Formats: sequence, structure tokens, C-alpha cells
Amino acid sequence: MSTHKGVLWKIRMLNIFLTSTRRVRITRLHGARGLGTSPAASCPKVCIVGGGPAGFYTAQHLVKTRPDVQVDIYERLPVPFGLVRFGVAPDHPEVKNVMNTFTQTAQHARCSFHGNVSVGKDVTVQELQEAYHAVVLSYGAEGNRTLGVPGEDLAGVHSAKDFVGWYNGLPTNRDLRPDLRCETAVILGQGNVALDVARILLSPVDILKNTDITQPALDTLAESSVRRVLIVGRRGPLQLACTIKELREMVNLPGTRPEMEASDFECIAKMLKVLPRPRKRLTELLLKVAVETPEETELERRNSAKRAWGFRFFRSPVEILPSDDLTRAAGIRLAVNRLEGEGEDVWAVTTGEVEDVECGLVISSIGYKSLPIDPAVPFDPRKHIIPNTMGRVQKCAAGLYCSGWVKRGPTGVIATTMNDSFDTARTLLHDMDEGTLDISTVKPGSAGVTTILEKRGVKPVLFSDWEKIDSEESKRGEARGKPREKLLDVGEMLKVAWT
Amino acid sequence: MAASASVRSSVGLTLRLSRVIPDCSKCPFNRLNSYFNGVAGLSKVDRFRTLNRHLQTSRGLYHSEESAGAEDPEEDAVNVVYIDRSGKRIPVKAKVGDNAMYLAHRHNIELEGACEASLACSTCHVYVNRDHFNKLPEPEEREDDMLDMAPALQENSRLSCQIILTQELDGIELTLPKVTRNFYVDGHVPKPH
Repeated sequence: MSTHKGVLWKIRMLNIFLTSTRRVRITRLHGARGLGTSPAASCPKVCIVGGGPAGFYTAQHLVKTRPDVQVDIYERLPVPFGLVRFGVAPDHPEVKNVMNTFTQTAQHARCSFHGNVSVGKDVTVQELQEAYHAVVLSYGAEGNRTLGVPGEDLAGVHSAKDFVGWYNGLPTNRDLRPDLRCETAVILGQGNVALDVARILLSPVDILKNTDITQPALDTLAESSVRRVLIVGRRGPLQLACTIKELREMVNLPGTRPEMEASDFECIAKMLKVLPRPRKRLTELLLKVAVETPEETELERRNSAKRAWGFRFFRSPVEILPSDDLTRAAGIRLAVNRLEGEGEDVWAVTTGEVEDVECGLVISSIGYKSLPIDPAVPFDPRKHIIPNTMGRVQKCAAGLYCSGWVKRGPTGVIATTMNDSFDTARTLLHDMDEGTLDISTVKPGSAGVTTILEKRGVKPVLFSDWEKIDSEESKRGEARGKPREKLLDVGEMLKVAWT
Repeated sequence: MAASASVRSSVGLTLRLSRVIPDCSKCPFNRLNSYFNGVAGLSKVDRFRTLNRHLQTSRGLYHSEESAGAEDPEEDAVNVVYIDRSGKRIPVKAKVGDNAMYLAHRHNIELEGACEASLACSTCHVYVNRDHFNKLPEPEEREDDMLDMAPALQENSRLSCQIILTQELDGIELTLPKVTRNFYVDGHVPKPH
């Protein structure tokens, strides 16, 4: 018996190894591996707009909880996974493991992925509502907050969203061509995205060359002259927005040393006792790096480091100063702030003083921003989110939901979006159970949408088509010792998808 | 580390492996690696059946499965109780060496594991009952860093992907945090946190 088991095991392992180098987790989804029956015509059908973490986690929860619901995910790009593919830093590959979970969801019998479909352009939300019992908007935040200061449009000034999109292969940012021939870069904002940008700018190329960073970005960074990165925030050390993992990575970044203003940290040490654990640990690390005298080996390491980074606190941008020929950024004027308020509720107030810093690259990392994609969907122009109560879109007819950043605003990590997406799924399922959402009628689902798309000459990219792109990228990456070499052009993606 | 590298290259794995310095003591591959080197006394403990994409080596797992045998001795059994988000107690029989997160997955308990046990997320966050919390080894710095990001963090919070079951942990109770802001199907509205 054990021999038989052993043989079956070997065959199974060999099969898995040969057919897929990625899909391995024993599935927990009902009806997975295509063993479920195809959906009945009268089953509840849900459409999800957006193929990023919010979309996939919402789909996962729906499919797992109700054995009759069919979920279709529509995504504008030919490739799925959203910011997991285009936002997570190349040197954080473990964070991208979540793609395996999403792949299982996409391959579920009652779920299907349709890429290359732009909702709002190729098909309207109203048409989706006619084809499905419910539509969940999970399309995230494709815009960014602007500084609103003079000089923002000079060459050498980029949003972090574009810079990250550039090194992560987002097709829209392929031609960004940031000029890294300057010594100092100033990053405005101190969240995890700002730290990612700083780390990518200062990482030794030897570390980056085996990641999935795009080749053009790697080549540009290899030629970079940037030696100093300042990460600027308008408030103080206790309001630092990044998390400890990212701070630790900067502290431990080979070939770099920290440079901070000790004066920024007066009165901080005595606050430690009353801080909640996450803030306390973060502040302790910050103080250690900024203020404490390092021991021998660390001191030597710092002295021999050729690149420097540091936080600058209590500074807000006032103007980006142009070069002599007025074409590029050559510096930044920062207003000096002080803090008012108490405890958690603290805000920056200008003192009147200003300070000029010479720099050739300015990256503004002050937040992503959602945009309205369809006039039929209510949108809050002040908060830049879809107005909703627990995921149920307000001020419109029943059947419209939202999850992820477009629902809550563009903050949080993948885990935050996961919990949020489960919340929306629970609301939707609750509405189905209560009858608030009418699922008694028969809806055409993806068959109806396919008809519309065909008429408009739009051909969706199915998940099996994406797998061809995935395979091609992995193959190209292998030649270079990288996990993948991303395709940077939508046309090329489609060509590979439909071979 | 060298041994595992040679096993990897021997089956032609791509260099898709993370460049983050691996923590060998926490990597399940390390236990297989030790077995592969013929370290005595580990064969019964290596019951790591869950596949991980870094473990695409048929040889190593074949060895592990061969050593498992048809019957599992009682001494290896560890009783674990999961308490799900609705408060339901789910008793599970585990083996020494099992990973608490993958164990939950195998029993369809609603626990996520987005980063697949690589200390890059906090989705497998659980509360450990007092009696057993103190028996767990101290979390390493990287686990504490990720725990800091978990919503509803408590003193007895741990990441379940870092809990490896031992005989000493028999009877451990792991509670899933209630992180939803939503109302439950029965109308109960949890207080915001």
C-alpha cells in the first residue's frame, strides 16, 4: 500500500513540477480545480470592476461563502493583480505571494477573469448592472494628489505613483525617463511608498538586478548619480507615517548611512512610555538611528558608506525652484513648521521661516487618489471616494457596491484591503439573504457583456491568456536571473496573450 | 544553506527565490534539508505536507512522505482548538511539527495567509490563550514588526504561521480576531475599535 501511495505521490509531484512552477497551495475553495458544475442560468451573478487585491479578495469571499454565486472580474489592463504587480517594491517578493491566492480564485469554476476591458469606456456601469445582479466597484486609485505649488510641472518633478509605476513596469509610465544625474533627491511624504522610492534610489544595483524590476529602470539606476535622499514630512517624528519594517530596511541598507537632525528629536524620548506598541517600537528605532552614538563597527560602516538618507521633519514644500534656464528643478523651498494640537490630533503650522535645499529630483509621495470612471456612479469630489455605507453605494439604486481604496481612500496594506473586501462581500451576501438585493430574475452575466464587447470590437484577455503572458515573462526573466522580465507594452501583452 | 541551494539547483528551480536574507530556522525547507542530510531523530517529526512554492523538489518531499508511514503514533498528536470569528470552537488533531496556519487551512478555518508564511503580512494573526502563550518561543523581530500592523493587536497576539506545534502546546487555543466593521447576519453590530 505504501508503495502504491509512493508511486502516486511521485507522479503527482512530477506533474505539479512540470505543469506549474507556482501554483502549489492545497486549495480551500469549494469546487476548486474545476470540479464544480458550471453555473446554472438562474444563479446569482456578480460583476467586479478591477482586478487588484480588492477585486480578488471580494471575489474570493463571495465564491467561498455561497455555493451558487458566479463572479466575473473585469480589468482594464491585460494583466491582473493591480498594485501587487505594479505597486509592491521589486525587493519585496514575499508580499507578492498573495498572487497565488488570487490565481486560485481566478481558476475557480465559478469565477472568471476578463482583462483588457475598460469599464466606463468599453462597457458602461449601467450595462453591467443590466447584465448582473450586483456590481462591485474595486478599481482603486489611479490618480495622485498634487502639491499645488509653483514649479510642480518642471522637469525632474514626479509623483511617486509615476516613479513606482516606472520601475514596476506599468505601461502608462514606460516612457517616464526620470533624470537621475543629480546628487540629491527630495521625497515629499514619509509613508511606505516614500520609503520604497528612497530604497530603490539608494539600493546597490547588485541587490536589484535579481528582482523583477524592469530592465530599463535597472539600467537607469545603474547610471544614477543620486547619493543623497531626503524624505520630508510636514509634522514631527511622532507622526512618521511609514511602518517599522520599511524603516529597518533603510537603516540596514548596504552602502548607506543615516543623516538626521538631532534637534528634530528633542522631547521625543520622554514620550515613549505613553505610546501604543507599534508607535513606540517605531519611535525607539528612529531615536536609536538618529540620536544615539553608534558602536565601533556601525560607526566604521557609516563612515565608509557613499550614500546617505535622512528624514527632514517640520517642513512643507512652498515652491520648486527652477534651474537657470528655467527648464528643470534645481532646488526646493521648504517652509519651516511647528506643531499645534495634542495627542493624536496634531497639525503643522508655518513659522514664517523658509529653507532652500538644492536638489535635481523631486518625488511627491503625498497620496494616491481615486477618479470617477462612469457618470452613473456617485462620487465624492472632496474625499475622492465612492460614497458608501459598509460597501453599499449610496445615492443610487440597489445593486452597486464598492471595496478597496475606492471605498475607503488610498491607505493601508494588502491586509487592510483584504478585511475591507471581506466586509463588502458580507454586506452583499447579507443583502442577497435579506432580499434587499433581488436575485430572483435571470441575468445574462458575462454572456451579455461579451455580446456588447464583440459589437464594440473589444476582445477580453482570459485568465488562461494571462498565463501565457506570465509564462513568457518568467521565461525572459530566467535568462537574466530574475523572477520575471515584465512586458512593458499593452500591444505586446495582447500579442502574447492571443498567440 | 549550501545543501538547500544544491537541492534547489539540482531540480532546476529558477532564481525566482527571494533575495531577502532567508531565515533558515523558520523555513520549512530547513527541516526537510536536515532530514535530507540524514540527521537522526527528525524523520517522524517531518510531517510537513503542505506544499510551498519554494519546495518544488520532488526528491525532498518524496523522502518525507516515504518516512510518514500509514499510521501516526499517538505520542505525536497535539490537540489544537481554533475559535472562529463567530465564537465557534473547532477542535483539531494536529501532529508535532505542524504549522498552525497551514493546519487551519487544511481544516478550512477562515484564516488567511497572504504572504505564505514569509513574515510579509499580518493576515494570519491570532490570539493565543494565556496558558499556552507563555510556552511559545519569543517572536523574532520581524514577526513583531508585522504584528505591529495587525488591527486589534493584543498582548497575546501572534502570527500563526510562526507557531510550530510541539507536545508542550497540547491544548492550545487560537482565536481569530474579529476585524470586521460590518454587521453579522444576525444583526449584531460590533463596537468599532
